[in-house]
Amino acid sequence: MSTTPPPGDLPEIRRLDPVLEPGHTYASVTDKIAAVVLTQPPTTGWIVGFAMSFIVVMVLFISLSWLIIKGVGIWGINIPIGWGFAIVNFVWWIGIGHAGTLISAILFLLNQKWRTSINRFAEAMTLFAVACAGIFPLIHTGRPWMAYYMMPYPSTMGIWPQFRSPLIWDVFAVSTYGTVSLLFWFVGLLPDLATLRDRAKNRTQQVIYGMLSMGWRGSAHHWHRYQSAYLLLAGLATPLVLSVHTVVSFDFAVAIVPGWHTTIFPPYFVAGAIYSGFAMVLTLAIPLRKAYGLEDFITMRHLDNMAKVMLATGLIVAYGYFIEFFMAFYSNNKFDVFLAQQRLHGPYSHFYYALILCNILTPQLLWFEKMRRNVAVLFVMSLVVNTGMWLERFVIVVISLTRDFMPSAWGRYSPTFWDYSTFIGTIGLFVMLIFLFVRVLPAIAIAEMRELVHEQSDEEK
Amino acid sequence: MKEHRHEIYGLMGEFLTPEQILHAASKARQAGYKHISAYTPFPVDGLAHAIGFPRTGVPFLTLIGGLGGGLTGFGLQYWCSVITYPLNIGGRPLNSWPAFIPVTFELTILGASIFAVIGMLALNKLPQPYHPVFNVARFAHASSDRFFLCIESRDAKFHLMETAKFLQSVQAHHVHEVSNAE
Repeated sequence: MSTTPPPGDLPEIRRLDPVLEPGHTYASVTDKIAAVVLTQPPTTGWIVGFAMSFIVVMVLFISLSWLIIKGVGIWGINIPIGWGFAIVNFVWWIGIGHAGTLISAILFLLNQKWRTSINRFAEAMTLFAVACAGIFPLIHTGRPWMAYYMMPYPSTMGIWPQFRSPLIWDVFAVSTYGTVSLLFWFVGLLPDLATLRDRAKNRTQQVIYGMLSMGWRGSAHHWHRYQSAYLLLAGLATPLVLSVHTVVSFDFAVAIVPGWHTTIFPPYFVAGAIYSGFAMVLTLAIPLRKAYGLEDFITMRHLDNMAKVMLATGLIVAYGYFIEFFMAFYSNNKFDVFLAQQRLHGPYSHFYYALILCNILTPQLLWFEKMRRNVAVLFVMSLVVNTGMWLERFVIVVISLTRDFMPSAWGRYSPTFWDYSTFIGTIGLFVMLIFLFVRVLPAIAIAEMRELVHEQSDEEK
Repeated sequence: MKEHRHEIYGLMGEFLTPEQILHAASKARQAGYKHISAYTPFPVDGLAHAIGFPRTGVPFLTLIGGLGGGLTGFGLQYWCSVITYPLNIGGRPLNSWPAFIPVTFELTILGASIFAVIGMLALNKLPQPYHPVFNVARFAHASSDRFFLCIESRDAKFHLMETAKFLQSVQAHHVHEVSNAE
């Protein structure tokens, strides 16, 4: 980058923060990122964090075991509120995953350089979030060992799945999403696994990374096909990620329940998914860059850009809330109007107000550059938005189900200990997987960082 | 120098920058070498072209995978809902194709993605645990900060001394002999 100041008669051009701090070479980025995995011993912080998340995973296992022993009666679900926490958590986790694919696929197609240092762990986050999400519909079936009934297979009973049901669409959408995310992640990892293989000092690491890297040797022929496959995967993952939360929203929108049966749901769900996903990327990126001294790679530019994406998608979500109300009153459908009033004045109105506070009001602070550049504020904001997005799904699931058409069908819902323990358990699983991931795989795409170093040196010329 | 052909896989020049290896690769092509391979720590624009590899089969395979996935998806639903397990619900049409779109779409993406990845690996002949270039100790740098150009001994123009001289003439930092012995 040139250091010549802009000519005096022009207004001073504000320089953006770099996506990679200057002064790095191919070797230095490789060393720094690979060292986290290969040579650095685990820090006390890592051990404590891992141990704590491991304990929470045990809570998950106990909750799941008890569920399988006793059945879904241990939860607070009832008739009419058959969905409860399981579906709230499912939608929340799936949504979180979306940011990873957005960063790795959509920003790749848009040629956004700043995606490079955050795409790898954002994709890992996607995979782990999908894993957590997948648990819920499975256990919510009540008999998870019969879940294979949802797959089309030639059974002796001669029955087949109902392909006109959004719940079956969900099975295909989520399993495709999980598979494609895994493939995309693995393809991205391939050159980096070869780097780790070549730098590994002990036999175990050499064998494991050697097998995983499949003999990748970075030949120009390899790279040529690799780039072609990567671009195609990005192109395929882009419509896929938009379709997944669309299909999830169909679970609601195809039903006739007031508050669910609206056409705004698909775009509003996708925006909400990206919103919560970026919040989760920030929640993870901020401690990660601090703990491993990766501030040169995950710069203020990244945090600032992510905050802007959060603000933009947050505004789309706010528009969605507004349109829900507008349509309820504009349609003059008495059930929709009643539901809107229930959100404001019903027994769960405090959830709705908390949702507005978390998802609409607080993020408006992100208009201010000072706030976007304050790491502590961003971290807290990301937690607030994640809470808000969870509340949104709670509001959608619970308020509509407790107040449908007939007062005789109204009900109340209160989650039990096991609802909470299962939910918190999946958070533990997610955090534990992230802890493991940063220790065993490069959290930043090394090959792509070398490309960035090359481009930066080109700019200097 | 025919006797070298079995012991030596080729000669490998080591370069410091992508520009150097690009230059060396096009010089090698001009000099008449046909069996050249280049190894770089990140994709270098134009290098595949410079060593004479203009097209890949990956997009075609991806198309096949996508079409196959989509047809399988729709065919599966049609067969289940119309042929083998028709359910008459208030006389609604059995081939309710709009409801079959989501699964068809998802399976299109799934088929295309799997074909793109497996196709890329298969065309690259991966997994391939052993390759002669790994016999060069310095080759470990090919995955971090060095660029290697290998002229293979099966090339008709390959000559141990001449080729080594050629690699030096295009500013190779080092020239390594790649042995074929396992």
